[in-house]
Amino acid sequence: MASSSDSPMDGAPVIDFDRFVPTRSAIAARKRKDLLMRVLVAAAFVIALVPLVSVLWTTIASGVRRLNLNFLSYNMSGVIGGRPTPSGGYGGILHAVIGTLEITLGAVAISVPIGIMCAVYLVEYAHGGPLSRIIAILVDVMSGIPSIVAGLFAFSMFSIVFGPGTINGISGSVALSLLMLPTVVKSSEEMLKIVPDDLREASLALGVTKQRTITKIVLRTSLPGIVSGVILAIARVIGETAPLLMTAGYIATTNFNLFSGQMTTLPVYVYQEYSKLSVTCPASAGADCITSIPMQRSWAAALTLIILVLILNLVGRLVARVFAVKTER
Amino acid sequence: MSLHSTATESRGADRRGDAIFKGVAYGCGILILIVLAAVTLFLLFRAWPLIGGDGKANAATVESFTGGLAHNFWQYVGPLVFGTVLVAALALGIAFFIAVGIALFISHYAPRRLAAVLNYIVDLLAAIPSVIYGLWGGLVLVPAIHPFWDWVARYFGWIPIFSGPAANPSRTVATVAVVLAVMILPIITSMSRDIFVQTPRLQEEAALALGATKWEMIKLAVLPFGRSGIVSASMLGLGRALGETMAVLMILSPGLRYSFKLLQASQSQTIAANIAAQYPEANNLGVSTLIGTGLVLFLITFLVNFLARKITRKIGA
Amino acid sequence: MGQRIDVNHLNIYYSDFLAVEDVNIAIQPNKVTAFIGPSGCGKSTVLRTLDRMHEIIPGAHVKGEVLLEGRDLYAKGVDPVAVRRDIGMVFQRANPFPTMSIRENVLAGIRLNNRRIAKSDADDLVEWALRGANLWNEVKDRLDNPGIGLSGGQQQRLCIARAVAVHPQVLLMDEPCSALDPISTLAVEDLINELKHDYTIVIVTHNMQQAARIADYTGFFNLKAVGQPGHLEYFADTTTMFNNPQNEEAERYISGRFG
Repeated sequence: MASSSDSPMDGAPVIDFDRFVPTRSAIAARKRKDLLMRVLVAAAFVIALVPLVSVLWTTIASGVRRLNLNFLSYNMSGVIGGRPTPSGGYGGILHAVIGTLEITLGAVAISVPIGIMCAVYLVEYAHGGPLSRIIAILVDVMSGIPSIVAGLFAFSMFSIVFGPGTINGISGSVALSLLMLPTVVKSSEEMLKIVPDDLREASLALGVTKQRTITKIVLRTSLPGIVSGVILAIARVIGETAPLLMTAGYIATTNFNLFSGQMTTLPVYVYQEYSKLSVTCPASAGADCITSIPMQRSWAAALTLIILVLILNLVGRLVARVFAVKTER
Repeated sequence: MSLHSTATESRGADRRGDAIFKGVAYGCGILILIVLAAVTLFLLFRAWPLIGGDGKANAATVESFTGGLAHNFWQYVGPLVFGTVLVAALALGIAFFIAVGIALFISHYAPRRLAAVLNYIVDLLAAIPSVIYGLWGGLVLVPAIHPFWDWVARYFGWIPIFSGPAANPSRTVATVAVVLAVMILPIITSMSRDIFVQTPRLQEEAALALGATKWEMIKLAVLPFGRSGIVSASMLGLGRALGETMAVLMILSPGLRYSFKLLQASQSQTIAANIAAQYPEANNLGVSTLIGTGLVLFLITFLVNFLARKITRKIGA
Repeated sequence: MGQRIDVNHLNIYYSDFLAVEDVNIAIQPNKVTAFIGPSGCGKSTVLRTLDRMHEIIPGAHVKGEVLLEGRDLYAKGVDPVAVRRDIGMVFQRANPFPTMSIRENVLAGIRLNNRRIAKSDADDLVEWALRGANLWNEVKDRLDNPGIGLSGGQQQRLCIARAVAVHPQVLLMDEPCSALDPISTLAVEDLINELKHDYTIVIVTHNMQQAARIADYTGFFNLKAVGQPGHLEYFADTTTMFNNPQNEEAERYISGRFG
């Protein structure tokens, strides 16, 4: 080889490597830095645990005091100041639970079909064309819309289309569906993408139409994943407050009609009770009049909400894990 | 004969079904475009009186909101934009290092089993509704953090942003920023973690084989690899903080100044919280003004999210 | 100058699983020692224990000793980070740091210990290391270009330059040519021949011709069956190994009857 006759090291600078030998203090400094970063990284985690534990602990500890069957089975009608109602309780969240369920179901009914079909379009039909790329980016952008803007949109739309001052449950559903839509599209898209192409080809090769292939094979295979994504999306929007404040309103009584009249939801209830701060107890009221009852109700409703959200999260994960269709890879 | 005709008939039905299904799928895709356009158009339409309407009435509305401090929409929205960006930027500043630290802890320091638990805890943090953070912030954190702010104001008060006296109760920008930081922590953490665990093993080994300590390995291999991921995660977190309503509404004592006094009350307000606070008492024109501020917020978050996604997509490519 | 390594009764475990059993080798200074053997026999694992790189896999640990000039690398209080500074490593696939320029890649190791290094010193070191890796003439005009812009063979030589720039006593190479084309392979093999004047070199290779070309000593690793621990079957100077092996298994392997 040529390299042996004239060595590449001819003319190479002579290096005195003793100068680069690390000093003992330099090595110690590096070790100290390594240890310091180790401690800081672990500390970051402990720091994040503090608020989590504090939030959960105070919600549970303060919420448990009022969270009972009476609280769950009455609404706020007939609640005066801090005095107990004839039922023996201090008002409840029945109307808010019903409102939350109806409004959220409304949002699901709007956003899930659209979201899944949009994902079908992106994965099965679009094949990365320019329109689909724009839509994919807009879905991303949509997931960043502040919830209050979604509320303003639903409010504006309803007041323009159905006349000013329209406040009802369904406009809340519209606001929430705007927030759910991108999550549903994204998770469904992911799920459709992992369906192996072999399955599609096998079905098409049998002469099955594309529509049947998608509904019977592709969607069926990815169903558990999609359901899990939808449940997690519900868990995200069920705690939304700001958009419902302006679209669904707040009343003390139970309203079953999604399409007419104000409707209270759990998060809004938490907020409204919080903003009351306290109630006054006249001297004539007995010892069972509690001035801080709004705060207690607020915490109890918050606890209910957290339990609801955690159950949804748990169910969403379980669905994905238990019903997952086993595909190779 | 009849057999043949039913076969063609059913094939015709199949084809129709196919076409309809395809049409619906396309329609839903395009609906996304329409919805975003509708959001913009309805908001613009509702906010129109601000631009096209009676200037004097607009001025009166703004004056009634601000107690005569501001006289037109831009004077009104200016301090709100300032407050929104200030609070969100502070929240990001607090959350950033902690989030990246946790992500590194999960991806490179914690044993595998502990890491799984930590992942779950991060998800749990993300799942808690914002109204509960607001409740917790208002009732637990505000009184609990006051001694700390007091201490900061006493010893660091010479730095203008910490100038005292620290407000009591601490319904201040600083406290809100802390709560928002907790709220955006999970999103930054989980995105950064996802990218950290993808660091090529070879890069990490290259660093270690040169005699790097663990931290030096992270600096040489993990952080450069994850840099754009961290940036885009932070932008998404920032977007979240910019639009957060309830926690701000429930904690902050609002003001409309261009003020950096983080520890004092009644200095700033964010757009989102301002809308929620003023909305119930606003008249028709007032609502238009608020929707105008909402449009500004929409624009800001749109830009931030768009940038974040652009960075993410660049990595993916 | 290179240093000698003595491996005594080395057992390598992944948690409870014994991966490699009772290895004893004397690796001579300033010679090239090659490890050959069928897949899964533990030759790469043994190589990695020589600079304690196997420890990055959770649960990996060893029993026995590895002596570098008589000092046990696994003695109490020995810092693996210091071990890896004295013993350089080159990997199967070239892995320059993607965000760094050619120059920064070469300096990456030295920068760990010497934060502030004079520019003239740095220039000299870069030239020295790149000449040592036989890459200087190809890249001297574009030192500030990214390292990943180079060809595969150049990248691998850049990684060698990066490894020699910290001036280790020993260079470990884990199949350094397996991802390279024949011409780049030849360039790296020439380089290994040059490098042994200054370093002790241990190389793992799948390619027996390569071992025959470049190694002074060759160790043949084998395993009795899948799931059984690997072991060092036979160790000899390369001429004996390939011409007159005194071990039946090694002869069968070399003559291509298995593996």
